[in-house]
Amino acid sequence: MNPVLKLLLEGGSLTTAQMAQVAGLSVAQVEQHLEQLKKDKIFLGWHPVLDLSREAAAAAAVRAVIEVKVTPERGGGFNRLAERIARFDEVESCYLMSGGFDLLVFVRQPSLQKVAAFVSERLSTIEGVLSTSTHFMLRCYKEQGFLLDGGDAPSTRLNVAP
Amino acid sequence: MNSSNYIARHVAALPKSGIRDFFELVAKMKGQDVISLGVGEPDFVTPWHIREAAIYALEKGKTYYTSNLGLIELRRAISTYVEQHFGISYRPEDQVIVTVGVSEALDLACRAFINPGDKVMFHQPCYVSYSPSVVLAHGDAIAVPTYAKDNFALTAEALRAAWQPGAKLLMLNLPCNPTGGTCSREQLEKIAEFCREKDLLVLTDEIYSELTFDGTHTSIASLPGMAERCIFLHGFSKAFAMTGWRIGYACGPAPLIDAMMKVHQYSMLCASIIAQEAALEALLRGWDSVLKMREQYHRRRDLIVRRFNEIGLKCHSPRGSFYAFPEVTATGLNEKDFATGLLAQEKVAVVPGAAFGDGGRGHVRACFATSYEQLIVACDRIERFVAAPRSERLKG
Ligand SMILES: Cc1ncc(COP(=O)(O)O)c(C=O)c1O
Repeated sequence: MNPVLKLLLEGGSLTTAQMAQVAGLSVAQVEQHLEQLKKDKIFLGWHPVLDLSREAAAAAAVRAVIEVKVTPERGGGFNRLAERIARFDEVESCYLMSGGFDLLVFVRQPSLQKVAAFVSERLSTIEGVLSTSTHFMLRCYKEQGFLLDGGDAPSTRLNVAP
Repeated sequence: MNSSNYIARHVAALPKSGIRDFFELVAKMKGQDVISLGVGEPDFVTPWHIREAAIYALEKGKTYYTSNLGLIELRRAISTYVEQHFGISYRPEDQVIVTVGVSEALDLACRAFINPGDKVMFHQPCYVSYSPSVVLAHGDAIAVPTYAKDNFALTAEALRAAWQPGAKLLMLNLPCNPTGGTCSREQLEKIAEFCREKDLLVLTDEIYSELTFDGTHTSIASLPGMAERCIFLHGFSKAFAMTGWRIGYACGPAPLIDAMMKVHQYSMLCASIIAQEAALEALLRGWDSVLKMREQYHRRRDLIVRRFNEIGLKCHSPRGSFYAFPEVTATGLNEKDFATGLLAQEKVAVVPGAAFGDGGRGHVRACFATSYEQLIVACDRIERFVAAPRSERLKG
């Protein structure tokens, strides 16, 4: 496997210079690997993992997940509608799901009103959208592999041990 | 009253661990940004599912003594694991004993097998407890040197040269703390042959065996005819990141395990039931975590060994364990001045090799069970230290 992809999948917070040290490559080689991954459309971009409950990050603190039922279309199935919904800037992620609904849409906005407006004015008015069910996220405990407050206490490991 | 009159002679004569002195030195620097490569334990916290199993055990009221030998379910799991990973079969009913860490298992073995004056061979540099455990059991410890030129593998020749009449036991630790040294199968076979020739009982401490990065680990107990003269010691501290739980075990011929059990029964009674429950969970479902951690250690090893050699500190690549054992004499400093200077000047803690016996002189032990970020910074600091003028470096 591409050694840089391996490190990316582990999801730590290494800089490219640190990745170079860990993988035993030069920084230029790490960048080449990243370029290749971009060309292969595997690596799409950097995205920070943030604790949005912090005051400083409040500008985009309201998050919701919306279950959407749609009418599948002959020929394209769910794709055309899913792609159409995914293009809205409000949408962070969009998945086709098995089970009781079809699409799961993650949105993030500065306020509750803005999410509500997106759902009522944009999403639910799209032809083919049968119903939506919006769940607001109240509190985050773990974000993409990172525990927020309440993780392990700071390490009490001794500095020198046999 | 003169309290020193009350301390047993053999205890009073026991030297303090060299690690202890260094620990005090580092402790004085509390609050400063010290990066410690001086530890002997994983930086990972015990995987959550293992911790959760312990919580569940408490909730279910598992708060009693267990059988002296340990929970039978745990002994069964240990027996299966040792069979699958090492190819040695032990009956869970009478050939396995669960102990309070490998530490207790070592002590039990020493107390169960050593008569006053019996000679016990061990390879050096080695784990700090080996020689004291022998001495506390009134035995004579005979150090067998291992050398940097052999990547600290123990050789049958060195064993033969150190052997003395009356030698009864051989303590082995491969991969080795602090050197990371291991033996090839051929080397082990020669050692096994020597043990049969001299009728030695072998205590083989396999605590780092799961942290073998290159090739597969072979235990001396798995060689033909050796199981009957080996006590196989292993534990959960290193591979499962469970140092604080204090669970280890010994496997061996039933009469020998029974003798160890006698000492255990009167001194320890049994290991903590909660920790035994956690250990059971670890063996049944912990392998994904072990593999993940091993992969991390593997890459950290490659990183630190490469950096040490770049910096000019000659360092062999340890096949196993999480210790690098570079030679520091090229800097013009001995291991003690190097470690003290490095701590004072650059705030990186490594352990002077002499803490692990005379054979460790000229080396320091650097544990790479630390995050990549910290390791990278530590190596940069060591590089700056090595490049500094000698007069600067000696300012302790
Ligand atoms: C070689 C060796 N044996 C035994 C031990 C002690 O292990 P435990 O935590 O199982 O008592 C250590 C711990 O550092 C060790 O390095």
